[in-house]
Amino acid sequence: MPELLQFLLSGITVGAVYALVALGFTIIYNASDVVNFAQGEFVMLGGMITFFAHAAGLPLPLAALIAIIATAAIGVALNKLAIEPARGAPVVSLIIITIGASIFIRGATQLVFDKQLHRFPAFSGDQPILIGGATILPQSLWVIAGALAIFFCLRLFFTRTLIGRAVLATANNRIAAQLVGINTNYVMTLSFAMSAAIGALAGVLVTPITLTGYDVGLALALKGFAAAMLGGMGNPKGALVGGLLLGVLEAMTAGYISSQYKDAAAFVVILAVLFAMPQGLFGRKSTDRV
Amino acid sequence: MRFSSKATTLLILVAVIAIAPFFFPSSYYFRVGSLIFVNGLAVTGLVVLIGYAGQISLGHAGFAGIGAYACALAPVHLGLHPALAAVLGAALSATIAFLVGRPILRLKGYYLAVASLGFGILVSMVLSNEAQLTGGPDGMAVPDLGLRALLKAVGIDLSNTEFWYAFSAVVLVLGAWLALNLYHSPTGRALRALHGSEIAARTVGVDVAHYKLVAFVLSAVYASVSGSLLALQNKFITPDVAGFMHSIEMVTMTVLGGAGSVLGAILGAVILTTLPQVLTIFQEYEQLMLGLVMMLVMIFMRQGLLPSIARSVRGRGE
Repeated sequence: MPELLQFLLSGITVGAVYALVALGFTIIYNASDVVNFAQGEFVMLGGMITFFAHAAGLPLPLAALIAIIATAAIGVALNKLAIEPARGAPVVSLIIITIGASIFIRGATQLVFDKQLHRFPAFSGDQPILIGGATILPQSLWVIAGALAIFFCLRLFFTRTLIGRAVLATANNRIAAQLVGINTNYVMTLSFAMSAAIGALAGVLVTPITLTGYDVGLALALKGFAAAMLGGMGNPKGALVGGLLLGVLEAMTAGYISSQYKDAAAFVVILAVLFAMPQGLFGRKSTDRV
Repeated sequence: MRFSSKATTLLILVAVIAIAPFFFPSSYYFRVGSLIFVNGLAVTGLVVLIGYAGQISLGHAGFAGIGAYACALAPVHLGLHPALAAVLGAALSATIAFLVGRPILRLKGYYLAVASLGFGILVSMVLSNEAQLTGGPDGMAVPDLGLRALLKAVGIDLSNTEFWYAFSAVVLVLGAWLALNLYHSPTGRALRALHGSEIAARTVGVDVAHYKLVAFVLSAVYASVSGSLLALQNKFITPDVAGFMHSIEMVTMTVLGGAGSVLGAILGAVILTTLPQVLTIFQEYEQLMLGLVMMLVMIFMRQGLLPSIARSVRGRGE
């Protein structure tokens, strides 16, 4: 039993990170119908910039804040320089543009910083907390709390604020949104900024546990994408549940079947979900399917 | 489409392949040339899938991996000749493509992209994890094809790099010839019809699911043969051949040059194969440049390089 609980706890920790990446995907997908494969790089940037700002002598909270703001700016630049000029391009082109952006960001990070793995201290120490025979790191609680907080903030944002509703309106029908006076370009910019900031925050939270390096983004993007898809592309609740499910599933596979094939388990489930219900667990029914 | 005219394309291809060696200052260039042809072959298969049928696959390196490892494993475990092993690999790739293609190709856009990506990742994972069989991430040796020795016996003595330049060129030209023939065949027309509009194609009686599957299986065979060629040429293979980055490179080469034309896609293979070689001096900038090229071409030349250039040349002429 403690074993199962242990796998569950570590699964939820990893899953919370996937959920944050998936939430980032969701925001951009909703505003622009673009799946941003560079999402994982935002997480990497969050961790890397925080590390180097901290190493340069800044206190950790300030370093983290700088990292989040800088990453948000990079997200906005990505939208302005690469996504907006490609408006109306076919899906294949958009996939290649965002994958190109992720490779570009990785190459730039490697030049500006370095190729090493880095970690900075956990926020509240490294003393594991005992829960029913299993242990959890305090930093894991930060990650889980972070994911839940972001989820509920986003919920409030989308349902209670005017600008949040504008984002939803743009997602629903871009032209109709423009007709009622919504500045859809602003909505797009805002979405990229938010999405990048959330990704960077995920990087800040998880780096003390998993370390960061210039090339960690790709795997995170794939997992986050898988999580978003599992929950139903474009649905924040789906992103949260999909991320947590994926994390737990991976931890269970690693614990009970084979740690080498833990990533395979995730993709097998994704394929199964796509075949059985392409709209995902909470997705809209109107998914393209012929 | 002037560039898809079959005879012109083949003529240009053969002429460039035949003339290029006269400008090669060292045998290293033959090596790069054969790498280009290996990539060009995989990319020609993707022209059928992406350019003709309009379907994307981000997992095609998986098939290249199957073809490559067939050439490494079948001679050791089944005692097959490497050439037969390559055929076996192609048959296996075709079978797997047939089995996974049907459910995968029902999906569209991003969903198809991620499903095919998942497939590719599963293949590369098996190749790196089943270390007893495949040597794991360290890779494994591939036996000699033996064709060079055979040619030597009949009096044609080629150096190793020259042989692989010539041999992969022959396979590429064959592959291009098949793809060009397909373009003008009823199957090719059906594929192009469903690319334009699946619903319209179905209304005029095209079995959309069937033709998508045909394109997927064909492109898988191309990728598999390309993987086999790479393995035989290097005499060594690692799971990287099936990796995600290789899939991305293949798709990028295809759309970079122009997914709609065989010649354009091969031009894409030329550029993306030589770019890292040129950039070895600036190794630090390799990823930066690759990413930049991918973005710029897709933003400013959506049809790919060759069709964009062709259009501007034609526009000036008129």
